[in-house]
Amino acid sequence: MEGINTQISTRNLELYYGQARVLKNISFDIGEKTVTAFIGPSGCGKSSFLRCLNRMNDFIPQAHVTGSIEFDGVDILSPSLDVISLRRKVGMVFQKPNPFPMSIYDNVAYGPRLNGVKSKTELDDTVERSLKGAALWDEVKDKLSSSGVGLSGGQQQRLCIARAIATQPQVLLMDEPTSALDPMGTARIEELVRDLKGLYTVVIVTHNMQQAARISDYTAFFLLGELVEYGRTAKMFTSPSDKRTEDYISGRFG
Amino acid sequence: MKSVAARKFKDTLATWFFCAAEAALVLLIVCVAYFIFREGHGVLSWNFITEAPSDGMTSGGVFTPLIGTIQLVAVSMLAAIPIGVAAGLYFAEYSSGGRLADLLRLSIRSLAGVPSVIFGLFGLSLFVVFMHFGSCLLSAGLTLACLSLPLIVTASEQAFLAVPQDYRDASYALGATKWQTITRVVLPSAAPTIITGAILSIGRVAGETAPIMFTGAAYFAPDVAKSVFSQVMALPYHIYVLATSSTDVNATRPIQYGAIIVLLAFVLGVSAVGVAARAKLEARNGR
Amino acid sequence: MDVINTRKRLEADLGALKRMIFRMGRMSSEALERSVTALKERDAAMAKAVLDDDDIIDDLEDAVDNGCMEFAARYQPLGEDLRVVVSLMHIAVDLERIADYGGNIAKTAIELAPKEPMKPLIDIPRMVENIAEMLEKCMTALDARSPETAMEVFPMDDEVDDLEKQILREMFLLVMEKPERIEQSFSLMNISRTLERAGDHVTNVAERIAYMYTGKTVRASQYRRKLEN
Repeated sequence: MEGINTQISTRNLELYYGQARVLKNISFDIGEKTVTAFIGPSGCGKSSFLRCLNRMNDFIPQAHVTGSIEFDGVDILSPSLDVISLRRKVGMVFQKPNPFPMSIYDNVAYGPRLNGVKSKTELDDTVERSLKGAALWDEVKDKLSSSGVGLSGGQQQRLCIARAIATQPQVLLMDEPTSALDPMGTARIEELVRDLKGLYTVVIVTHNMQQAARISDYTAFFLLGELVEYGRTAKMFTSPSDKRTEDYISGRFG
Repeated sequence: MKSVAARKFKDTLATWFFCAAEAALVLLIVCVAYFIFREGHGVLSWNFITEAPSDGMTSGGVFTPLIGTIQLVAVSMLAAIPIGVAAGLYFAEYSSGGRLADLLRLSIRSLAGVPSVIFGLFGLSLFVVFMHFGSCLLSAGLTLACLSLPLIVTASEQAFLAVPQDYRDASYALGATKWQTITRVVLPSAAPTIITGAILSIGRVAGETAPIMFTGAAYFAPDVAKSVFSQVMALPYHIYVLATSSTDVNATRPIQYGAIIVLLAFVLGVSAVGVAARAKLEARNGR
Repeated sequence: MDVINTRKRLEADLGALKRMIFRMGRMSSEALERSVTALKERDAAMAKAVLDDDDIIDDLEDAVDNGCMEFAARYQPLGEDLRVVVSLMHIAVDLERIADYGGNIAKTAIELAPKEPMKPLIDIPRMVENIAEMLEKCMTALDARSPETAMEVFPMDDEVDDLEKQILREMFLLVMEKPERIEQSFSLMNISRTLERAGDHVTNVAERIAYMYTGKTVRASQYRRKLEN
């Protein structure tokens, strides 16, 4: 990638769930402050790879990983890594919006409070900044103490984004963030991703190719655990190099 | 044509049957309530609650048994709730689900079906004799705690398991440790269900007679217990005593039913408080 | 199953669009050929028929335009499908232009019909033959999905250009010999210039077909004779 610093550098990554080889020899770079989309059919490994980036696979007992993922020069797969501080630098938004059953304020303040922030003014500022960053501030600024669970689906997802950016991460991982939303909610989140691009490195898993084409700079196509092709989105979707990519994006297989 | 009419008829029949069953149940409750109230309303008054029994318990009030019951509930819940919630937490969050965990769980469920008199005898052997506490509030309270543990453990475990995994995932993804996730997200979310379990336990504990008979209930105590090592009077035991060894049946019958009413009122009162607390928590959780 | 059916429908729709292009290609080729024949044989009726058919070709171009837009809206195509549908729109424009040129030649044929030809036409029909062959090659390339076949068209355009230069030289000589020939010569020079442009348009079509199936921009100038300075 010309002109862009590499933020996450993956080399020879292999992921096993028990005996099953879920990721095969993945090697590529993700650039700083870009939006990279992971596409591919169900079960191809794209979400599993996403979860490697913030060590969430640690919670799956049979998961076993080899290879290396360097994030700002540090191998995050090393067993001695402080996983807690990694997760503060790498935020995650899930497929189904999952705000905590607490007030909107407490939801967004959750991360900073974990980090030990107690000052009310500091928390107020962080909550406002994060909700503005997630394009939700105007809609909820008068009801910060009401429950986060009472918002609409799209608002809940933006709340989850606000919660994730409250710790000021460098990377934002999004696992099919709009699958559970209606077209309006989806459009809002996509707009938001475009805005977030300048501040964070965004990696978004999507099974909607048009979405990948709309919002990403780079796209990685996964198939059966392999990284088949990776490159600039515009080129990938007009003239891909690999026939398997061409077949997938033309809908020859789902 | 015919089958539609037949189905409708069956439907109506079933509806009437269920209504009748419901009605029978309501009738039963009303009868019991009426009977108790008719027998006991005569003695109800403010004095009844504030005066201790006198004259060989043929007159006076139920103050001492009432306070005793409150003390027993307090001691047993102080012991049972922390242990029960912690056990529920272990099963839900920490155990890896092996044979040992299954065995433990099975044991606890089985305990729920054990007759309360067995608990009484157990409490007698362990707390009164072996640990030398003697027959006192502490022994009786701890015995009652054992009785209510299965319910609280099960309710807690269910409450923790019912917390969606989504919340934990989100918490971990934000950089929380397991303990932080449990204290800041899982526990608050599970609290309403745990409180329900606690309320049900209090209801049961307040009305138990057999476990406290051998372990701390007194036939008569001149005063309210001032230390955990004193014996206590208790409403259910008091009712039992009045019913079986009364010196003047005519005098004690109204007192007996009055005591029943007080006991019921106490349990209902505690339940109401618990329900209110749970509703408030649920509102905060947004559900 | 859902996916396979959508794919089948997509391919059927794309096939229908391509068939419209094939028809346009045939008709544009015929327009050129018939207009030159009409010129050669001084057949004003044939020339008029060419002009009438031009409307049909215009309608076909609109149909391709709309068809491609609907296709894009319905299928949100990506990859080769996307390149094909966008390129077909461009190709339709080029083919329609070629047909227009046929119409222009037909008009000149009508004008010249009553006049005595000053010489038998040889080179102009040869140009048209070449162009017709180039067009056919393009249509074959489109049908066979063969960029190599399309690229064979490029050097053929050199021959067309050569013929045009030859005609120009010949016309100059003829006019210098007998200046009163200037009117007819002028018309013939226009016709050969028009045909040379038609050849360029066919080259454009070939470039688009090569792009369609390779994904890379192909420039005819890379494959033709270089200009000597």
